Amino acid sequence: MRITDMTAVELAAAIRSGTTTAVEAAEAMLDRIEKLDQTYHCYVTVDREKTLAQAKEVQSKIEAGELDGPLAGVPVAIKDNMCTEGMLTTCSSKILGNFVPMYTAEAVLNLQRAGAVILGKTNMDEFAMGSTTETSAYGVTKNPWNTEHVPGGSSGGSAAAVAAGECFYALGSDTGGSIRQPASYCGTVGMKPTYGTVSRYGLIAYGSSLDQIGPLTRDVTDCAAVLEAISSHDEKDSTSIERSDTDFMSALKDDVSGMRIGIPRDYFGDGLDGEVKDAVLKAADGLAKKGAVVEQFDLSLTEYAIPAYYTIAAAEASSNLERFDGIKYGYRTEDYAGLHNMYKKTRSEGFGQEVKRRIMLGSFVLSSGYYDAYYLKALRVKALIKQAFDDAFSKYDVILGPVAPTTAPKLGSSLADPIKMYLGDIYTIAVNLAGLPAISLPCGADKNGLPIGLQLIGDCFQEKRLIQTAYTYEKLRGAFPAAVKEVG
Amino acid sequence: MANIISDETIEYVGILAKLELSDAEKEQAKSDMGRMLDYIDKLGELDTTGVEPMSHVFPVHNVFREDVVTNGDTRQQLLANAPEQKDGMFTVPRTFE
Repeated sequence: MRITDMTAVELAAAIRSGTTTAVEAAEAMLDRIEKLDQTYHCYVTVDREKTLAQAKEVQSKIEAGELDGPLAGVPVAIKDNMCTEGMLTTCSSKILGNFVPMYTAEAVLNLQRAGAVILGKTNMDEFAMGSTTETSAYGVTKNPWNTEHVPGGSSGGSAAAVAAGECFYALGSDTGGSIRQPASYCGTVGMKPTYGTVSRYGLIAYGSSLDQIGPLTRDVTDCAAVLEAISSHDEKDSTSIERSDTDFMSALKDDVSGMRIGIPRDYFGDGLDGEVKDAVLKAADGLAKKGAVVEQFDLSLTEYAIPAYYTIAAAEASSNLERFDGIKYGYRTEDYAGLHNMYKKTRSEGFGQEVKRRIMLGSFVLSSGYYDAYYLKALRVKALIKQAFDDAFSKYDVILGPVAPTTAPKLGSSLADPIKMYLGDIYTIAVNLAGLPAISLPCGADKNGLPIGLQLIGDCFQEKRLIQTAYTYEKLRGAFPAAVKEVG
Repeated sequence: MANIISDETIEYVGILAKLELSDAEKEQAKSDMGRMLDYIDKLGELDTTGVEPMSHVFPVHNVFREDVVTNGDTRQQLLANAPEQKDGMFTVPRTFE
């Protein structure tokens, strides 16, 4: 087997057994990136020398017996909204075009402690605001299954890099579906953990009460291994939660007998593409044949999740993005008259259109006179949505549905109508409002060969049930084909 | 469109958001925000009387830790990212005459 075809866990085993090395693996992957990335543009930054230097260091630690975990020596791609010490971190925005962090995000540090080698930083929607990776200031990423289509977003570079085989696995972040939806469009596995499971320290904030870092991987086993490595309680993130059940690889069991799976009727109504519907329901049938107890139910409140989400996310974004002022780091405008004019011109020139749109909406809903009517109302609706999930999880272990209403749309077809684009988040967004874990994994392809994603949602802290169900489905489904086959 | 955003509102939001918009951008922003608020008004259909606003899903309050310095002197590294610096400080435009 070629090195670049291995999963992360397979590669680490090969490195441990001495059949290859971390350096060989990094070189093979860097060569592949060099060949493919002109076509797909998954990366904003790749630094060959830094990667190889890390690989050499990791390899010597493996040989010394200091590193022996399931990911030791494996190269990883990091979404460009996670700080990496000494490596450009742009958030795909002009305003951070020259920002080199002086520290590394806790989740990335956790990976490095597990022996990861950073390949580079992946493209994304600017400040993670978007569903297509087209709002990046550094060019669009193409879907490796069909380069006329988007990879999804906002973690589109990470998902496309996994799908194109331009990395062994990647980290993304999910505020309203930004890991699961691109995973679905690109035919990879993607998981958003329970809020607070992975430290947000060093993740450049968008909607702080919703943001969560998670893995994008080639299969469910890698997903469990990566989640296990990045989960930690961190004093530097006040919303971080202390958990003792993060041995997620122990949940890789081919068994769903007795698992109670609920299918929300609300997720199968108008707007859902027929081929997506059929593929998702077929997956549910498969799980039922394996012994799961599958039934339909009414989740309720589904159509209120999107307006509540955009109110809360925009409000938090407007506050979080205040820090970009042209003083401490990043871009500063050339010509200005005084301090306030400098702030305004810097921000107006540094931010793209979608970011400005959300900052303005957020500033409005938080402003005096509108705060109660919009912001607090949205937080009340959030409480109702959480209650609806609590009721559902009193009856079911797992909720099963689609990730997105369609497969990947064509490039250039989404941004003209923002509300239409936001509606594409209908099945992913409520999960963030309720702080729940959810996983996306491929369950078929449409007539054009574009992947279809299956979403499994769990109650808070029930990642293991999701991993077990996903692993069982993956065994049932068999290997999912690779998007890019010919290249070495 | 039920929500009509006035020129004054857009000016005010521009001040709050610290953004300077061209006339064309202002018109676009008025239309975008109006449409978005029409959409958000859907939340009004739900009766939320007696429902507490939920900012965080888990009841995490007042998370304290000891205020111990764990990092060293990183002033030079911090300043290296500044657009302008002088004598170990960030340089900002003159704020008063």
